[in-house]
Amino acid sequence: MARPRTGDVRGWFGDRSALENRLLVALAVDAVVFVLVGVFSGVSASFILTLAVLNLLLVPPWSTLEVGGRRIGRLVQPVGLITLALTYPFYVGKEFQIPIFGAFPDVATGVVMLVFIMMAIGLNIVVGYAGLLDLGYVAFYAIGAYTVAWFASVQFAKHNVHFLSVGVGPGVPGFHISIWLLLPAAGIITALAGVLIGLPTLRLRGDYLAIVTLGFGEILPQIARNGDSLFNTGFNLTNGPNGITPIDAPGFFGVNYLVGSGTFWTSDRLFYWTALALVLITAFCSWRLRDSRLGRAWIAIREDETAAAAMGVPLMRTKTWAYATGAFFGGVAGAFYASFKSATFPGDFFFNISVFILCMVILGGMGNILGVVVGAAFLAYLDREGLANIGGWINQHFHANIDVPKYEFGIFGIILLVVMLFRPEGLIPSSRRAAEFHEGVADEPLYDVQH
Amino acid sequence: MATEARRQPITIPERFRPGVMPVVGGLLVLALLAWLGVNLVKTPYDFLEIALIGITVGAIYALVALGYTLVYGILELINFAHGDVFMLGAMMAATLTVSTFSLHDNEAASKWIPVVLLALLIGMVFCGVLNATIERIAYKPLRNAPRLAPLITAIGMSFILQNVGLAWKGANYVPVPNILPRGNVFRLGTADYQWNKLIVLIVTIPVLVGLVFLVQRTRQGKAMRATAQDSDAAAMMGINVDRTISFTFLIAGALAGAAGLLYALYVTNVRYDQGFQLGLIAFTSAVFGGIGNLPGAVLGATLIGLIQAFNEGLAWHAPGSDWTQSIVFSILILILVFRPEGLLGERTPEGG
Repeated sequence: MARPRTGDVRGWFGDRSALENRLLVALAVDAVVFVLVGVFSGVSASFILTLAVLNLLLVPPWSTLEVGGRRIGRLVQPVGLITLALTYPFYVGKEFQIPIFGAFPDVATGVVMLVFIMMAIGLNIVVGYAGLLDLGYVAFYAIGAYTVAWFASVQFAKHNVHFLSVGVGPGVPGFHISIWLLLPAAGIITALAGVLIGLPTLRLRGDYLAIVTLGFGEILPQIARNGDSLFNTGFNLTNGPNGITPIDAPGFFGVNYLVGSGTFWTSDRLFYWTALALVLITAFCSWRLRDSRLGRAWIAIREDETAAAAMGVPLMRTKTWAYATGAFFGGVAGAFYASFKSATFPGDFFFNISVFILCMVILGGMGNILGVVVGAAFLAYLDREGLANIGGWINQHFHANIDVPKYEFGIFGIILLVVMLFRPEGLIPSSRRAAEFHEGVADEPLYDVQH
Repeated sequence: MATEARRQPITIPERFRPGVMPVVGGLLVLALLAWLGVNLVKTPYDFLEIALIGITVGAIYALVALGYTLVYGILELINFAHGDVFMLGAMMAATLTVSTFSLHDNEAASKWIPVVLLALLIGMVFCGVLNATIERIAYKPLRNAPRLAPLITAIGMSFILQNVGLAWKGANYVPVPNILPRGNVFRLGTADYQWNKLIVLIVTIPVLVGLVFLVQRTRQGKAMRATAQDSDAAAMMGINVDRTISFTFLIAGALAGAAGLLYALYVTNVRYDQGFQLGLIAFTSAVFGGIGNLPGAVLGATLIGLIQAFNEGLAWHAPGSDWTQSIVFSILILILVFRPEGLLGERTPEGG
């Protein structure tokens, strides 16, 4: 089935064909994993099955598979991974214990991971493709979240507007617009906000842009915090530190996501599949955008602004598009997350969260969608369950009493530092970005020269 | 691409139309002055007292802002970890004065003066060495990397230092007793000026004078200025650029250490996350005055200190402390967008 590529492949095991190399690496990795799991938590049927499925999916060089001249092999891995993700709610309860990390993340954690994957893909457009460091991405998340909070809650109780919302009684005051309409609306509003923020600031060079975005990222949560009586007018915009809660859940065919329907369509599963669909749409858009004329312009700007401008790339417009696109996905993700949590608080939008999302992009590999997905999933998992599990394991085995989740952001700081120092292109880099980090780029921005 | 290029000639972004923006800016400044004027007329003594608070806070900001401006001048790097170095300095000061020498409220002058001087020295050395070490670990290996790389390690370093503070002193405020005397230096109407405010200035001003002397008059200062102008040319002239950069970080850290001590003694509480917030304010001050410009940093810090104090203290239509951060960041954004070279900076090719 597979065509081993011959030639001058020198792998870790000396002169061998690519296929032999793959098999040897896979065997070595399998052996290590097997021993680790065996020692720490015991080998179970679910573990062997999981390992077998992953081996089947990752080891054979599927991308070289051709059937009747069509390279359908390229679809095997993506389709396989998507299938695994889609069916996750069915087998998660039956999975084995991972050493140190403990149980597989439950479905609700999976929703949060997917939301952060979406935000990370959005930020990746700004940071990874266009090379603009955005330290205030949380502002877009906040705008998306508050858009949903305003139009799908009892916040503005003087009004009584219902439109296609599911599971909200007709007598409930406030705006109750369908979440399905609010998701794109939140994206568009956030994208507009991104353009508004971007227009005056994108002329600044990299580090100044970073600090301006940081400034916006700090101002917006403060407005949210003080917005329960803006300028002493008594107008309650954001309900201040108490946040806006509850927020309507999405729903269709009369099934409200918060309640679910029966034992199959549980609330968590509904949210999970919806989030997965959103992530797939986001990843698809991001992937197609990268190869579009606009995406190539982003990468050109990232690599050499002056050369890009000389080639006729309109800098301001291209950068603003990057900003708006990244903001759009951040807004949609924020809106969905607010609806999932059924609440939004000013405390959700600290600078920490911007760095958290940035950390995902950098750990996974700037510019590479798969890398960003892996980085985001891993860090969001650490945030939700992983660190607590690891801490529990450490304290149990070493009779220590360390509150590991307390040092979460110190750990993220170490991740940022170590990745930038030793593997600046991230764990799963795009080859192009890796080359930039190792060979350098023409980093002198055009706007240093004042006109 | 070709047709696109013809339709879209290289758009060099215009600055905002010269006619409109200065008018808008001027109106903003006029409104600010009018607001200050009304407050001055309504409550003159409160105004004076608040201004004195602003100058005191501004002096602490100035010490931190100088650290940003020194490092930015030489490496063009926003050292996000600088505020956290300052925070650790404040914690060091709190530890020394409270735990090591167990000073209390209203201590006798013969006791607190030597202790505070010793703590100042230890704090400056501690923060200086810490800052130089950070440079060695986190920034030096990335000297030739894309510009965003050291910026990202700086953020990582900032979080690491915050967690060091968290592990050291816990998540709550570390209280510091009122070691500095709080008696009045003078009283004008109802406006009081206490000794603790004056002591902040008494410590700050010699440090500033010493810094200016160091940068303007010594060989090492000359090396710093040369490296800041053009590090390649400086290296060709026989200046050890790496050592000069390390020295700059040492000096910047020492200033942060001094600021940390003064902050701990004047504000009398420290928490692990205060450094980052104050660092951002200090960075704004540095940008306000013109980044890379030493007198600019002091001027900017004093102005930011005054703005903060007026905002939080004045009675007539002041937004209040809830909005301080937003106001400071709005100033930062406006300055960066409309006058990136700051108040005192010159419009150099590097200045934008």
